[in-house]
Amino acid sequence: MAVAVENGRRMFDYWLTVYKRTWKGTLITSFLLPLLYLAAMGIGLGSFVDSNGTGALGGVSYLQFIAPGLLASTALQIAVGEATYPVMSGLKWQKFFHSMIATPLRAADVVYGQLGFIAFRVLSSCTVFLVVIALFGGLRSPLGVLGLPVALLVGLAVAAPIAAYATTLENDSGFAIVFRFGVVPAFLFSGAFFPVSQLPDWIEWLAYVSPLWHAVDLSRNLSLGSVNPLLALVNVVYLLAWFLVGTRLAVRGFTRKLVG
Amino acid sequence: MTTIAARVVPVPVRLGGGRHMVERNFMLYRRSWVVFLSGFFEPVFYLLSIGVGVAHLVGAFTLPDGTKIAYAAFVAPAMLASSAMNGAIFDSTYNIFFRMKYAKLYDSILATPLRPWDVATGEVTWALLRGAIYSAMFVVVMLIMGLISSWWALLALPASVLIGFAFAGAGMALTTFMRSWQDFEFVQLAIMPMFLFSATFYPVETYPVVIRQLVEITPLYQGVVLERAFSTGNVGWFLLVHALYLAAMGTFGMYVASRRLGKLLLK
Repeated sequence: MAVAVENGRRMFDYWLTVYKRTWKGTLITSFLLPLLYLAAMGIGLGSFVDSNGTGALGGVSYLQFIAPGLLASTALQIAVGEATYPVMSGLKWQKFFHSMIATPLRAADVVYGQLGFIAFRVLSSCTVFLVVIALFGGLRSPLGVLGLPVALLVGLAVAAPIAAYATTLENDSGFAIVFRFGVVPAFLFSGAFFPVSQLPDWIEWLAYVSPLWHAVDLSRNLSLGSVNPLLALVNVVYLLAWFLVGTRLAVRGFTRKLVG
Repeated sequence: MTTIAARVVPVPVRLGGGRHMVERNFMLYRRSWVVFLSGFFEPVFYLLSIGVGVAHLVGAFTLPDGTKIAYAAFVAPAMLASSAMNGAIFDSTYNIFFRMKYAKLYDSILATPLRPWDVATGEVTWALLRGAIYSAMFVVVMLIMGLISSWWALLALPASVLIGFAFAGAGMALTTFMRSWQDFEFVQLAIMPMFLFSATFYPVETYPVVIRQLVEITPLYQGVVLERAFSTGNVGWFLLVHALYLAAMGTFGMYVASRRLGKLLLK
């Protein structure tokens, strides 16, 4: 256990060193884009929603309704981004994972380090976003700050299984499928922009299967101060299950790919 | 079979050597048709989510000139224009950059009788054919959802090809100036605000005058105006200005792109 933590820390250190050189390239996608969405949807479109009456949203303004959802969605998108191309690069294109396990590091440590770095990316971007949301008046209750750990949880819950999936691919065209049939529909239909109860029944059930819905729902209920403890527990357990099973699969996939 | 199919794809005869580029891309994509097809779903997902889900929240939508329009019918043409933009940009930036820098595709192509202009026209034609297929499918979805209220909508397809032409030309020209993948962040920086703010989700009159004028000079806005006019049947001569803007942007982009490709690859 202690060895795993120590080795994972060393791996994380590697990613941090890389990030020190590449962080500028992530500024736009991870900091600016969520803000633009907040402005276009929350404020621009929000003025039309609010003037139409917000009964369907439980009486809160559209900005306050979508802000926690956008926070969780941002976490999802960053996490998926870091679990796809960088993983394929390490395994196949640049093969730096192969050089790593030529040291005392094991395949599992590579996975832990990668997930640790994803956690760092999600936390740093989402913290900035959360501060801006708060300044815009997007939080209703101080409990909305807990949207940050929720964002972290959903990030890890999707990053782990997708990293596992990345180990099974021969080329990156599988990622296009992940983005188009996974990330984009999840972003659009997980209740971030409107209550999922407005969807046809069968799509509504698909939304409940999506980890993002659980994060959006939990994060929103915290911000609006309307937490149902039992439902919140279900949300957290469901996300944890994705994370734990995903990590197991990722370790297995990395081991198969790197050790043979 | 595919070889024959590739040769009957309607490519303008004047394209010359460019048609070989198109044929090459066609042969390549027959292996990843799922990826190809998936490009169609993204705007449809947006249309369903925003146009149907959010439409419940927005309710009856009144335009600044007083006309009432279903919110989905307002958003749909903008999604058509945006997806034409996105498809063209993706094809003409990421794909071209990869082929140019990593796959060294153009180095080998220019070792054949093909010239830079053939590469530029061929790649842009391919992007347009691909975009036209997506747009046609999208227009059919709009028709099925009852979001088209005029026969002018027949022109929505050529309009989206024109939007694609403008962005493919500009994208390809810009790509020849890119140094690394990091530079593509600037592409995002241009594309995303246009997608969100070019009268896509709500009318341009919502903005203060200064921002409004800023929006009105962006290329996507030109496309949105065209598509919305055709799908609602609210047409007029003023549309020619928007069409000319897009045509000029595409032509200039292609000219720059082929000049630069020649410079970069035929040293």
